[in-house]
Amino acid sequence: MTSTDVLWALKIVYTIYAFSIISFVGWFAYRITKKPESYKTWLTPKVFYTYLAILVMIGVGIHILTYNKIPWVAWELKRHKIKPDRVFNITVENHQFILPEETPITIKCGEVVKFNVVSRDLTYGFGLFRPDNTMVFQMQVVPGHNNELLWQFHEEGTFYVLSTEYSGPKGARMKVPDAFKVVCNKNVSMGVGK
Amino acid sequence: MNIKELLINGNNGGLDHSGLSPLQKVTLRFVVIGLIFYGVAAIEGMIMRVHEIKPVPLLSDEHFFAIMTAHPIVGIFGSTYLIVFGAFTFLVPYLMKKPVFSIKIANFTWGIMTLGTVLVWLSGFIYHYAPLYTIYWPLPVDFSQFHIAGGIIFVIGVALIMIGTLAFIVNTYATVFYTPKGQKKQPIKPLLMSAFGIDGLLNIINKIRGKEPYAKEPPLSLPIVAIFRGTVDTFLDALVILTAGLLILFFIFNNLFQWGLHYHSVDALLYKNIFWWGLDLIADGLVLIYVAGTWYLLAMLITGRNLFMQNIARAALLLELIVSWAVWSHHLLSDQPQPEIMKLASGEMITAFELITQGLAFFITLTTLWLARPLKMSNELKFLLGGLLGFALAVPAGIIQADLGMNRLLHNTQWVAGAHFHVAILVGLTMTLYSAIYILLPILTNNSVKLFSQRLANWHFWLHLIGGIGMGAFMGMAGIDGMLRRHVYTEGEFMLYMIPAGICGAMLLAAWVIFMFNIIATIGIKGLIGIFKPSKIDKEVIVPQPATAMQKG
Repeated sequence: MTSTDVLWALKIVYTIYAFSIISFVGWFAYRITKKPESYKTWLTPKVFYTYLAILVMIGVGIHILTYNKIPWVAWELKRHKIKPDRVFNITVENHQFILPEETPITIKCGEVVKFNVVSRDLTYGFGLFRPDNTMVFQMQVVPGHNNELLWQFHEEGTFYVLSTEYSGPKGARMKVPDAFKVVCNKNVSMGVGK
Repeated sequence: MNIKELLINGNNGGLDHSGLSPLQKVTLRFVVIGLIFYGVAAIEGMIMRVHEIKPVPLLSDEHFFAIMTAHPIVGIFGSTYLIVFGAFTFLVPYLMKKPVFSIKIANFTWGIMTLGTVLVWLSGFIYHYAPLYTIYWPLPVDFSQFHIAGGIIFVIGVALIMIGTLAFIVNTYATVFYTPKGQKKQPIKPLLMSAFGIDGLLNIINKIRGKEPYAKEPPLSLPIVAIFRGTVDTFLDALVILTAGLLILFFIFNNLFQWGLHYHSVDALLYKNIFWWGLDLIADGLVLIYVAGTWYLLAMLITGRNLFMQNIARAALLLELIVSWAVWSHHLLSDQPQPEIMKLASGEMITAFELITQGLAFFITLTTLWLARPLKMSNELKFLLGGLLGFALAVPAGIIQADLGMNRLLHNTQWVAGAHFHVAILVGLTMTLYSAIYILLPILTNNSVKLFSQRLANWHFWLHLIGGIGMGAFMGMAGIDGMLRRHVYTEGEFMLYMIPAGICGAMLLAAWVIFMFNIIATIGIKGLIGIFKPSKIDKEVIVPQPATAMQKG
């Protein structure tokens, strides 16, 4: 599952939810002004507790679902045990990204890559974006700390880097065009940390 | 009557301010100033919406981000805080049937908060001071980008707002606990048990054990419990923000007098944790708890019934106390040095409880209304339903982004700003406040005014609802497609979403203009000015007697 798939699913699911809840409140607003045929109600404490149980299941279930379906959650939680194939040490200073190699840096599909980004002054963000501006991933870059992110690319393309955190007006356009190029070879195995 | 006369004198003679008690007047002052600041925030928002469609040549990056810094402070502290504080300054004595502890403190509160908000706005307007509301360390003390004077004015402004907040809290607690002259002294313990919702929890436990309820008639009504509970979080939040302000001030002097302390001596991650712990108490303490309390109050006033599952609601407010103190880490899910256990426990799992506490308030309020059918679709009811819908949309959007997997793609995007907090604040919170304004207007004006136009009230409702949801939806969709929330796009990258978002933003602004016109036409400018004149009625009076009688009638 790539980030594109996840975001597409979110768009569909949330749109359906939004229209459902708007319809429900609309229906409620209409019905509430009408005299009921009977004052006997199905809204008992039992219904209330069932509703609460459903909320708990949704609240917890969403995280269980994403852990099992979104691969980078496991990468994140197991990153101390996963040995990366390549490490990119990146520095940010004076509103500029300093990359370790000349751009575009080529990455092979399926390679486990660790981005270690440090800031020498302010809080920044480190995000990778596709040419159509959709996001591949991002993280915060907190000064005084190593900000490490593990990623495995499954899609071919050239990606640009953008600071995803505001660092003052000077940082409004912190961008490295064509920073990384991912090249896919069909024989590469997938599934980091499994 | 022509429009000029109408606006000056109001509908049917407008507001008779001479009959208003000091408490009514001070409450209306809070609300009037809060509504004006809402308009300022809406205009600022609209400028930013236009800039996101196509950068405005006259607006430099410095000015754009200065607006972005002032916008939430004017909107939250200048508008929402003032309206909420005004409403609660009135409701606590009104519901407890005893005078407010101090009218002077109440007047001090709105005055100092207004001054503070104006100062913050000026720090952006004059000096383009723009660390944004998150003031991530060490950005607020980066004087290679910002003018020191801007920083000083900003910090003083925020400090004044927080001092006003503390004054409101003192007044609220004092009103709850003090005994007015001639009344029987109430013991503190049951009041405290009730204020924290502990009596509700004990009632449930006793019911399970087959025992008599701990408190058949709790000493504090449920809305008071919610106000008290929310105020605990507001207090802690004010302390944290004040401390952050002192730190910034210290480094300003450090810079001015060359004390030689490097800003890296403050750990940026620790600072971020403490700051978010405090700031999130606004979202969870103020917004969720105050709103839940207001929903309960509105539902009870609209239906004239007790609340469905009242003990659960009381106990849930106690649960929210624990939840709201432990959820801040959902703001740091994309901070890689943040310990994973904090991300999982605080950021994901405890945060998920907000779905439960808010979902519970949603269910209880709707059921209370449902059981009282048929109800007249009054302004207060329709705005209350709008507010409920706003949170039903915004809270799940927040829960989605408070997930390790989703946050990797949604953090700092327009999804957070649009689908989550703008829908929560503009639709959820603001519509709830409009509902409260409509229901309190007759009580606060001694029934002396008649709404100028119901048609305009309907226009206000629909434009606000559609504009608020629409803007949030289009911003949210842009966020899903990768649009960041604190970035200037110059090449029309997200034009497809930003144009409809801008149209919806214009609807919101138009809704406010219509509402203000309708209210001014109702009250009259003379009446509005009269609100700011001293009252001749005794300060012990909550609502003058004839109005109370009329209200009951």
